[in-house]
Amino acid sequence: MQETVIPTAAPNPAPVSEAIIRAEKIEKYYAQPSQNRIQVISATDLKIVPGEILALLGPSGSGKSTMLRMLSGLSTPTAGQVYWHEKPIADAEINVSIVFQSFALFPWLTVLENVEAPLQARGVSPDERRERSMKMLDTVGLDGFEAAYPKELSGGMKQRVGFARALVVEPEVLFMDEPFSALDVLTAENLRSELLELWANKTMPTKAVFLVTHNIEEAVLLADRIIVLGRNPGHIRTDFRVQLAQPRDRKSEPFTQLVDYIYKVLTKPDVAPAEAPDPQAGPRIRDQRQMHYQMLPHARPGGMAGLLELLLDKGGRDDIYRLAEDLAFEIDDLLPIVDAAQLLGFLNIEEGDAAITESGTEFANSEILRQKELFRDAAVEHVLLLRQIRRALESKSDHTVPEDFFLDMLDEQFSEEECLRQMETAVAWGRYAELFDFDAGRRRFVLPDMQDEDAAASEDAK
Amino acid sequence: MNLQHPLARSPVTGRTRPFIIDLAVAACALAIFFAIIRTGVYWMGRPVTVVPISNAIGALPVYAFYSIVRMSIAYLLSLIFAITYGYVAAYNPRVEPWMVAVLDILQSIPVLSFLPPVVLAMVALVPGHQMGIEMGVILLIFTGQVWNLAFSFYSSLKSIPKEMVEASRVYRYSAWQRFWQLEMPYATIGLIWNSIVSVAGGWFALIACEMFTMGDRNFQLPGLGSYLQTATASGDIRALLSGIAAVILIVVATDQLIWRPLIAWSDKFKFEQVESADRIASPILELLRRSTLSAIPGRIFAHVEEPIYRRMARTKECQVVHPLDEGEIRGKSSAGLWVLAVAASGAVCWGAAQAIFMLKTVTWPDLRLLLEGAAATFLRVNVSLLISAAWTVPVGVAIGFNPKLARIVQPLAQILASVPATAFFPILLIGLIQIGGGLGIGSIALMLLGTQWYILFNVIAGAISIPSDLREVASLYRFTRWQRWTKLILPGIFPYLITGMVTASGGAWNASVFAEYFHMPGRTLETIGLGAQIDAATASGRFPILLLATILISLMVVTMNRLVWRRLYRLAETRYKLEG
Repeated sequence: MQETVIPTAAPNPAPVSEAIIRAEKIEKYYAQPSQNRIQVISATDLKIVPGEILALLGPSGSGKSTMLRMLSGLSTPTAGQVYWHEKPIADAEINVSIVFQSFALFPWLTVLENVEAPLQARGVSPDERRERSMKMLDTVGLDGFEAAYPKELSGGMKQRVGFARALVVEPEVLFMDEPFSALDVLTAENLRSELLELWANKTMPTKAVFLVTHNIEEAVLLADRIIVLGRNPGHIRTDFRVQLAQPRDRKSEPFTQLVDYIYKVLTKPDVAPAEAPDPQAGPRIRDQRQMHYQMLPHARPGGMAGLLELLLDKGGRDDIYRLAEDLAFEIDDLLPIVDAAQLLGFLNIEEGDAAITESGTEFANSEILRQKELFRDAAVEHVLLLRQIRRALESKSDHTVPEDFFLDMLDEQFSEEECLRQMETAVAWGRYAELFDFDAGRRRFVLPDMQDEDAAASEDAK
Repeated sequence: MNLQHPLARSPVTGRTRPFIIDLAVAACALAIFFAIIRTGVYWMGRPVTVVPISNAIGALPVYAFYSIVRMSIAYLLSLIFAITYGYVAAYNPRVEPWMVAVLDILQSIPVLSFLPPVVLAMVALVPGHQMGIEMGVILLIFTGQVWNLAFSFYSSLKSIPKEMVEASRVYRYSAWQRFWQLEMPYATIGLIWNSIVSVAGGWFALIACEMFTMGDRNFQLPGLGSYLQTATASGDIRALLSGIAAVILIVVATDQLIWRPLIAWSDKFKFEQVESADRIASPILELLRRSTLSAIPGRIFAHVEEPIYRRMARTKECQVVHPLDEGEIRGKSSAGLWVLAVAASGAVCWGAAQAIFMLKTVTWPDLRLLLEGAAATFLRVNVSLLISAAWTVPVGVAIGFNPKLARIVQPLAQILASVPATAFFPILLIGLIQIGGGLGIGSIALMLLGTQWYILFNVIAGAISIPSDLREVASLYRFTRWQRWTKLILPGIFPYLITGMVTASGGAWNASVFAEYFHMPGRTLETIGLGAQIDAATASGRFPILLLATILISLMVVTMNRLVWRRLYRLAETRYKLEG
């Protein structure tokens, strides 16, 4: 892969101290109902070393959360091994905490009881439990809220409880799974800087922090080291140190350069080939690289139209990072729309910039009916699944096909959940383009004009 | 602040009315002590199959007491069993599909037909004590109550949000802590609502089965059911009415003293991120919370569980993080398990073969009669469902659209649904006979009595849930009455209607066993039907017929569930769900 060497990002040097958690060639497969196995993460090595905040970035579907769960012992890798201080993690007495995106607080326990619960699990006596919890609540700024129930608190306060619960056990590694993404912008910013303060002042005894996020700026703001994952299956795209001194300034040149660099990595198609799948690894494994169905990005046609119009306004070409900013979108929300427009040939991605194509320009300039026509042509030309559905409908005498028929074919390539999402997107696109209609009650695809004819026929009968 | 166990936590807010309440609570404890002794003496006594029943009203409290004891024991057993069953099913992927299938089928079988064999078995098991017969009846009520509780607990366990489970794993909760701080609180609300339905079903069965005849043996246990039946037999209307009053009193008291406080208390287990506005208030719960004594169980529990936590923390089990996908990875089964599985399937095959062998004595005319009966009962159940729906839908919608009225009627319908229809049955029949009706109408009336309330309160709930802006749209665009019903009201209440009908259908099948056959002074009323044949076979001790009839009735219920109710349910969940 092409390495853009910029002053703030340097390849990861060999760690000075021994790793706390070390993953050795870990892989993860999910079993499918149909004997197939879907690979979510290909063989990956990773180390969590003392003294650093490590951020894991990646588009949705790249297995960030799966990676976090394997490293924290919540999930067993299908192959490979995770070590805790060089001992297999399944047998080691590990000391980690997780801060969850959804907070995962127990609504029937008070704030204090929520924070005490992990200590109770470790057999700490009631008095000590109480003392340590109160101190921790004090540290995160929840003094006086100990008797409240979580549902009485705002999102930011809830996550403070989440932090208190995580830190009260004095974990060696603190895992965070998108801890700020359920919060509003200001609250998130506030919590981030408080976290950094705790970390810098060594108020928390934690030796390393592992942060999973889809927010690039957040990663650059917090992390000492950033790992970017790619998808299908999940693999490490790049791993580098962030050489910016804390506190970091979002507006500074090196900061925006780094953010830009990561955007480029995320939007550039994969270059490095993945490892060939092991033929001896049990049931047949699909290599997602050879799949014949494209992965449809989960974007709505309306969103694409909006993006293309904005792009046209900006002279037909703009930085994706800036587009996201203008739209006040998270990159995770914008990327599917960009991907979808690219898939349909409405725009091209070059060096982190989105450039509108000829057909894209025509699409953006047309009124709604013409847009649908253009969309239909593009969809039939570029999207195999939509083409197949349309053909199947045209060739069948009754012009209807059950959804299951296509789900079975998708099933060979995607996980069960992803199949359903693919189908949902296909239905949204097909309906918009008037390629077909979908009868949600009978779960069947229907040719749209046929329905009209049916209706007309029954009208005639009357 | 005093930290107690989550399930026993009760913030003590000053002693506003201390002494009388505390005295009352203490008196209750004494009374319970006495009751236990009294029951023990009676149970350990020699077996008396026919305990003479007095018609005196003064004897009512004692009978009520015995019935309540039976009921409570059956309920507690059900609860314990349901929790164990649900727990095992949820955490053992190997047996899970089996256990769920068993639940699904047993849930839909009418239990009353099992009465005679169960009692016989229990009498044989505990010879020489009254307890044998008692255990038989209790076991029967138990089998009627346990399945929906088990199902509720199981599905609660399965639906705990993944991140909560992950939190409990990564913080290395012991199984004990997970149970009390995560699983049990999460399942509580479902368990309470299902308990209400279960206990109502339990009363229905209890009233019906305290007194029955099997072959040449009569069984009669002291209790409200026997009291009512004896009063009917002797034509003592005054005793009958006071018996019914006692039953209603018990149901209302249970609702006010147990269910309402429990529902109000369980509010804190609601899995919600923000506090909701409407809550159920319970003065009893307030009283209990103010009593100083109410803190005692929590404090005792805290003392008991502290050492448990400390000991659990030291075990190897609690020092590592257990992955959530353990089961998938290991997958290999031990030899012992195989032996066990083979032995179990062998035993099952043998038992099934024996049962089928027993059926050989059933003759063709018997079979024809059974099939005719099945058809008649099937018809009756569905007619009663249709009648229920026909009147409850318009009435329920009218009530639901009038919030003030709904607030009064809905809890009332809930109580009515808990009153065992079997208690009204004798007096209903006497009335019917006087105006010249027969058991054919009577049995439908009984099914109606038992089932329509479920539909009514569900329809009311459905009508309340229709958003007012949709109703405004309907009146803004001047929908005709027909349009209003087909486009707005019926789709809006559909999921609720189906829920009510499913519950009602189960109740109606169960009622059929009791409804088609009735002993009156001097004669036996009977109408053609599967339920009647089950009762007749019980009375004459013909087990093959009993078995075949039970199989038939179960088959019909299970098929109806699979073919009709489940589909409608799915439709309700997907198309007619009003997302708030």
